[in-house]
Amino acid sequence: MRAIWIIARLTATEAARRRILWVLLVLTIVSVSLTTWGIERLVSLAREAGSSELEIQVGVSQVLILVAFMFSFVLAMTAAFLGAPAIASDLESGVAHAMLARPIRRADLVAGRWVGLVAIIVAYAAGSGLLEIAAVRFVSGYMPPEPILAVLFLSSQAVVLLTFAMLLSTRLPAIASGAVCVVLFGLGWMSGVFAGIGRFFDAGPLVDVAEASRWLLPSDGLWRGAIFSLEPPLVVLAAVGRS
Amino acid sequence: MTADPAIVDTHGLAKRYGRTDALIDLTLRVEAGEIFGFLGPNGAGKTTAVKLLLGLARPSGGGGTVLGTPLGDRATRRDIGYLPELFRYQPWLRAREVVELHAGLRAVDDGARATRGAIDAALVDVGLADRAADPVGGFSKGMQQRLGLAVALLGTPRLVVLDEPTSALDPVGRADVRSIVRRARDAGSTVFLNSHLLTEVERVCDRVAIVDHGRVLASGRIDDLLGEPTIRVRATDLPPEAVAQLGRFGSVAVNDAGWLLFSGVDAERIPDIVDAIVAAGGRVHAVDTGRATLEDLFMRLVGGGGLPA
Repeated sequence: MRAIWIIARLTATEAARRRILWVLLVLTIVSVSLTTWGIERLVSLAREAGSSELEIQVGVSQVLILVAFMFSFVLAMTAAFLGAPAIASDLESGVAHAMLARPIRRADLVAGRWVGLVAIIVAYAAGSGLLEIAAVRFVSGYMPPEPILAVLFLSSQAVVLLTFAMLLSTRLPAIASGAVCVVLFGLGWMSGVFAGIGRFFDAGPLVDVAEASRWLLPSDGLWRGAIFSLEPPLVVLAAVGRS
Repeated sequence: MTADPAIVDTHGLAKRYGRTDALIDLTLRVEAGEIFGFLGPNGAGKTTAVKLLLGLARPSGGGGTVLGTPLGDRATRRDIGYLPELFRYQPWLRAREVVELHAGLRAVDDGARATRGAIDAALVDVGLADRAADPVGGFSKGMQQRLGLAVALLGTPRLVVLDEPTSALDPVGRADVRSIVRRARDAGSTVFLNSHLLTEVERVCDRVAIVDHGRVLASGRIDDLLGEPTIRVRATDLPPEAVAQLGRFGSVAVNDAGWLLFSGVDAERIPDIVDAIVAAGGRVHAVDTGRATLEDLFMRLVGGGGLPA
């Protein structure tokens, strides 16, 4: 455990020294500022046009889900780009050689890197996500039903991709690991779409294959969990009523 | 009689990667307190052997012990310092932080972390005390190699494995490393030195092993491997029968360049040899003492000439 802790701390130090944390902080401030400004403008225009508060709340909830979709994509890419070189580049550059000659397991090195990167990703997801939700509430008065759960789902989606990227990077070069991870993310998302279409047309085999893919890479399922947590109860009830 | 336990003791160690035999039969014994040179051409299996000794790879055959424990024992690595051939350290850390990191990793099992004093001593020993607070990313290759030496020597490990420790250093740096290696030996470490630089090895090592194609071709004390010194005399106008008479001093031969080569002769007898040549009507142009170098031996062995009788 001590080795994992040392390497996790080393990973966090690396993120700080290589300005990854600063880049993420600046990205958060820029994206939250822009989206909040946009939502504030939309809400003001809707109020001037005489829309009801209920209509505005539902509208804001849908825009927030769109923002969350963008954020989910950014998080997924961040996870892939942080995870892919984590082990592979240490091996390629030789940095890992001297460390592995110490009385630690190879698994300690991988686990330590994983813990450090998960801490960074979760902190980024929680910080950005909650800041976005708080800012939207400030300008529109809308608060999603389960904000913390939504952030947890989004973080979990990123952690799943980070884990895949890191596991791949123990066997593949960094670039290949990142590329495979991005493709897997896309396939996971497409599986979710195909599963929905398959269910609509009652196409059993299509649903089975799509569901199996979603189990292998659960990023799409976690994304749907995030939507569910952000969706106002009224919209959920309406959707259930339609089906 | 029971022999002292060896620091490294391997028997028929083999390693196969797919269809390639990286190591076929490595049988080695490194005694406590010696500087052991491990030599071989590229692809001889040296780095594979180092990986097996450190437990970074598993042997396909054979076995052995390092510091009295079977190969691959993780806890034993606590007592081993290692400078890899491909030395790279986190460029975003300061030199002192790199050594501290390894002090922490070395003590993950028992918590007996190297003290601040030991970390300072390692940096002073390799000449990096005044650069300890500088980021490693700004270091030259030679300075990074010195940092790697500090990491390897940290806390005076029982076994220090140095893989090409002078590959990035200038002549002054190489001389420093020779001193560092001797100091490590004097402090109680056994040094396993893997190097291409035969002159360096000859100057610093007590014993060597020469490997090629995954096998040990020769091993032993350098003096024993290189044999006795040779006296070379450049003489002209010497009748052939006089050459035979010079055999009374010891074994004598004439090489292609016309030099008389005396072996097994004490250098104190050089004046007597010169007198005998002159008395026989010969003229002496030059006298030279020396013996085969490690490079001569290495070239003869890896070139397929075999070990001299």
